Amino acid sequence: MKYLVTLFCWLLLSTTARAELIIEITEGITDATSIAIVPFAWSGPRLSEDVAAIVSADLHRSGQFAPLDRSKMLSLPTQESQVFFRDWQSKTNGAEYLVIGRMSGTNDGKYRVDYQLFDVYQQRTMNKWFATGNDLRAMAHHVSDVLYKELTGIRGAFSTKMVYVTMEYLQQAGKRVQRYRLYLADVDGHNERILMESSEPILSPSWAPNGRHIAFVSFKSTRPAIYIMDTKTNREKQITGFAGLNGAPRFSPDGRSMAMVLSKDGNPEIYTMDLSNGKLKRITNHYAIDTEPTWSPDGQSLIFTSERGGSPQIYRQHLDSGKVERLTFDGNYNARPALTPDGRFLAMVHRSNGIFHIAVKDLYRGTFNILTETNLDESPSIAPNASMIIYATMDKNRGVLAAVSLDGRVKVKLPSRVGDVREPAWSPFL
Amino acid sequence: MSINTRNVVFALIAAVAISACSSTPEDTTTTEAPVYTPTDSEVDGGSMDTSYAPAEQTDPTLQYRVVYFDFDKANIRSDAIAILKAHALYLSQNPGARVRIEGHADERGTREYNMALGERRAKAAASFLAANGASASQLEIISYGEERPVALGHEETSWSQNRRSELNYTVEAP
Repeated sequence: MKYLVTLFCWLLLSTTARAELIIEITEGITDATSIAIVPFAWSGPRLSEDVAAIVSADLHRSGQFAPLDRSKMLSLPTQESQVFFRDWQSKTNGAEYLVIGRMSGTNDGKYRVDYQLFDVYQQRTMNKWFATGNDLRAMAHHVSDVLYKELTGIRGAFSTKMVYVTMEYLQQAGKRVQRYRLYLADVDGHNERILMESSEPILSPSWAPNGRHIAFVSFKSTRPAIYIMDTKTNREKQITGFAGLNGAPRFSPDGRSMAMVLSKDGNPEIYTMDLSNGKLKRITNHYAIDTEPTWSPDGQSLIFTSERGGSPQIYRQHLDSGKVERLTFDGNYNARPALTPDGRFLAMVHRSNGIFHIAVKDLYRGTFNILTETNLDESPSIAPNASMIIYATMDKNRGVLAAVSLDGRVKVKLPSRVGDVREPAWSPFL
Repeated sequence: MSINTRNVVFALIAAVAISACSSTPEDTTTTEAPVYTPTDSEVDGGSMDTSYAPAEQTDPTLQYRVVYFDFDKANIRSDAIAILKAHALYLSQNPGARVRIEGHADERGTREYNMALGERRAKAAASFLAANGASASQLEIISYGEERPVALGHEETSWSQNRRSELNYTVEAP
């Protein structure tokens, strides 16, 4: 049976209220691994962040772990000598794994965290590590990444970021005005920063493989144009401004070129641009709508939405041969493809009985699964470790972000305070 | 941070979280007359310098500057023909007039696909105007996809108002 948790992460996290996004796990897995992250020792003045709590929330949000509530801990060891395994072996408030740690200050003014992972059943230390840094949240996410890798064998994506767009209506002199914002935030919703604001539409943000630059579409010049922004400096550069559509920018895996949609030659076609010289190459040539390109991980083909078969479906075009193959056959609406980094799983927006869901197709086996029960789902973006798909959906008539695991077993909701949140794009590993 | 301050912050966050869960009043469907009125949002960002109504309103049909489309379609419906013909005639008789045709989609479907669909709707209206006497130099097209709904509901009544092409005069006849 699925267990439902309606525990907001702010209960587990720090007392600061700066994050716009609040994360709620709507559905986890029954066999989630139990783990106890004991509060880390610290002797100085109160820290701005509770590192152990952040680690706990990170692992919880993955859906694969069920962290033990602090109030259920029978002891709070911070040294190996203080660990009594019988304290953690209870059926009701025990855990399969135990993590203890100590915070300290370094001579050069940084923080240091020493932490240790125990296997409670086998009553032994599995591993111990330390890390230093200035940013406590970043250190906590690093600890989560290390623990996740140790316990699952998969690289953690807790230190990654996301960009997304919000839109809210403001009243100005009795008139309804739109306010678009492009945001950068940690993937847990904290450290949110506005990259750009406009009364004109902003859409389709996507990351460069360097994890630093992003591309997006803005109408701020009164017409759609593609821009690249350096998220470190907030400096941006317009790279297209053709007549008609300028949309759906996607950096190639080597970062040297960009796929995009232009309609300058008549109707929406997919082009690639060499970013060193701006030279365009037309990829598709069809009177139907061709849009939403994404690259295969090897950069040898583009996967895109086309309605050339009468309804929107996903196709792959090989860049060398020009050969086109249709990838989706389930239902009459499949769009906005996103591929896992290994190229095996294709996430998409799928319409069934008029409802828009996130679905995934295993391109090796050909199996097709609808992952979500929400409606008006769009913009799937896959974590760099392929653990989760973040997407936009409607919740109580508002645009919110949500995430679902590729197997559909874990579902996380990220409601926001104001306006509609949309078009999340998960960064590469940073 | 003292315990009291923490409690206050906690209560504030809780209040925000609870209010985030309730539906907002702006979701109600706004029903608007089919006559297009420019809003600040469109003037504000400079998407249009000014919106003019055609100067010589000898034909009252010219007041109608929005035509609607069926779901996922971009063909001109029969209820749009009289409106577009009136504007085509006006444009042919007033060669100095310029019109910006804005294509829009409802919220269903993906954003970039809807950008393409909105462009198709703007082009359909532009082609009809051109075929009925307007010259290409008088016509500018742009798609806003699903970004600029006029009705904010999430059902067919709202969607049907949002699938549209708007004719916005940017230069009046001299």
